[in-house]
Amino acid sequence: MLSWANFGSQLFNGLALGALLALIASGLTIIYGTLGVLNLAHGAMFMLGGYTGYAAYQATGSFLAGLAAGTLAVGVLGIVLERVIIRHFYKRPHEDQLLLTFGLAIVFVEVVRWYFSSESKTVQTPQLLSGITNLGFMFYPTYRLATVGICAVALLALFFVLYRTRLGMIVRAGIEDAEMVDSLGINVDRVFMTVFGIGAMAAGFAGFTNAPIVSLAPDVGEQILVQTFVVVVIGGVGSFPGAVLGGLIAGEIISLTSMVNPGYAYVMLFAAMTLVLMLRPHGLLGTKGRE
Amino acid sequence: MSKPELSRRMLLKAGATLAATGIAPGFFARSAWAEQPPIGTWPAGVQGKEVFIGVAVPRTGSYAEQGEDELKGWQLAVEHLNSGHELMRKISPRTKKGVQGKDVKLVVADSGAKPNDAVQAEQRFITENKVVLMTGSTSSAVAVALNKLAQREKVLYTAGISGSNDTTGKDCVRYGFRQNFYGETAANAIGPVLLKAYGKGKKMAFMTPDYTYGHTVTKSMSEYLAQHGGWTMVTNQVSPLGATDYSSYLTNITNSGAEVLLNVNWGRDAVLSTQQAKQFGVIPKMKLAIPYQIPFLAKNIGAELAEDVYAATDFWWTLEDKYPLAKMFVEEFRKKYGYNPEWGAENAYMSIAMWADAVENAGTFYPPDVIKSYEAGRKLQSMVGEVYLRKEDHQLVRPVVIVKGKAPKAMRNKEDFWEVTEVVPGAALMQKPDAFGCKLGDYT
Repeated sequence: MLSWANFGSQLFNGLALGALLALIASGLTIIYGTLGVLNLAHGAMFMLGGYTGYAAYQATGSFLAGLAAGTLAVGVLGIVLERVIIRHFYKRPHEDQLLLTFGLAIVFVEVVRWYFSSESKTVQTPQLLSGITNLGFMFYPTYRLATVGICAVALLALFFVLYRTRLGMIVRAGIEDAEMVDSLGINVDRVFMTVFGIGAMAAGFAGFTNAPIVSLAPDVGEQILVQTFVVVVIGGVGSFPGAVLGGLIAGEIISLTSMVNPGYAYVMLFAAMTLVLMLRPHGLLGTKGRE
Repeated sequence: MSKPELSRRMLLKAGATLAATGIAPGFFARSAWAEQPPIGTWPAGVQGKEVFIGVAVPRTGSYAEQGEDELKGWQLAVEHLNSGHELMRKISPRTKKGVQGKDVKLVVADSGAKPNDAVQAEQRFITENKVVLMTGSTSSAVAVALNKLAQREKVLYTAGISGSNDTTGKDCVRYGFRQNFYGETAANAIGPVLLKAYGKGKKMAFMTPDYTYGHTVTKSMSEYLAQHGGWTMVTNQVSPLGATDYSSYLTNITNSGAEVLLNVNWGRDAVLSTQQAKQFGVIPKMKLAIPYQIPFLAKNIGAELAEDVYAATDFWWTLEDKYPLAKMFVEEFRKKYGYNPEWGAENAYMSIAMWADAVENAGTFYPPDVIKSYEAGRKLQSMVGEVYLRKEDHQLVRPVVIVKGKAPKAMRNKEDFWEVTEVVPGAALMQKPDAFGCKLGDYT
């Protein structure tokens, strides 16, 4: 299967996979970087974005309404969770936070299973984006092509918020040293809430964007969560550019390895993570001192 | 707690006295436990008014939809056993009501198609319910694991859906049985059909789930087509069970130059990979074939995608036009559940009926005797005509059904996806009993 044509195709496919991974990972990484909470419910939020979007899409017939509903609903859920439950755990040990978010994930998955059943739901590709596009070197599903653009736009929006706004400046400062930010008289509490909401929104947005590609099932978040962790570790915990870089690298590793032997795609992904951990324990773009 | 114990002891003493004085020797000679040592859950599991069957079936994960259908098959079978329904008595002629006069109950756990979870659940059923039979699996990885558990615990196991050659091949056990078709019989049945439809010397691509089922089906299928039709395998895309994104596999297939795509993926994986194959334009550029039919595939991918696709299967409901037992089964099932049964339900029903037949003919639940009764080679009636169990590997010799996807216009109702083109007799489809390394192991 080694040919230039296939190499080009897989290279592109890796980009498409990577863009989505980058988007999900960026939500996870900014939450962890700012709040210090490793959110194991991130995969479940990805799944919830898909399902709420699906419900809205079914009700209104509009893909955009679905996308908006999926994003906002999960964003609101994130804020509520942070206010009601998660903030009480900031001072608690990491183990407690892991158990809490893991438990929340189970609850979300089972509630969705109870309401929507275990059977997978197909989310129709919007009419405008259905079909196949000829890229010259390969044929690629139009919708998947569009997701590259959609993810890029979303990542740019996140970039803008993080690097061009006052809020972003506080968030980035918080990632480096939350205590200092607090002592400068900034309401860290509110920032934390906002960050959790934004991170959740990114997951919800990605969840619905991904839905027409793979269809929905209650456990769709579990698999993606593992890959997302790998992305965050490779890119550097707490680093937004790291999440983007890590996402693209992970996408390419999966795609290019499967060109040689698909059975090894995930093995290679974990091998790459191990290598990064050995050579740069803080990830490619992470810095020492961040946890 | 102490009172019943006392009275039981008294009863035993009284019994022993009776036996010693020779008043009731016939009674004790006929009672099996007086002469046979306990084995597995016997006789503990058969001393009450009811006996339990332990079911480990996927109700979550990639095979959940197929698991639910299977579960309904088991439930209907148990209901028919307990009421002595006519259909059950047609398959198991000695059945009256229940099994050996005892009511049969199911205990059910979700396996998620994971071998570990399935084994844990069945182990619990053995300890807590003293189950006399285990069943379940919608994945051969589970079937193989439960085979091993059955042999170790000396509790009978009849496989649910399991397509791997290994289940009654290298991983066969004395305590395990399989009703349904599998890789080798599927390949030998659908192979000639594919050669006839698409000609010789084609290039084929496979999509294979990475476990015993996938590998053995792909092997049987590709070897048949290579040997009999000179087909060459240009790529085999192996993916983990539960994969959701098939883009990199499909990219390889697109660039492989294959003419026929044989999708061995199963359950939701088959649905997703087939849908994505269409998104990538692999279908209709390549012809799709399904060596091992997936229940509800056509419903999920849509009739347009399934049109003209050949698949090998255990059962399809329109066989009711041909076989009276199929008609009874489909009608009973539809009445209770509101849709036509898939082959998972048929396999589930039939395997319980076969067990009942074996027990009734043995006249006891004593596992070694039940096994010998299974092995007696009695001809049984089934939803696809006469069948019998092969004693050398505990595989049912039964036909394989070939179906072809109907055009949406040709469908008579919304579940009329497939047309049965052939019912291929089973005996000639099977490998020699020892060809896949089956050694059954001990009775005790």
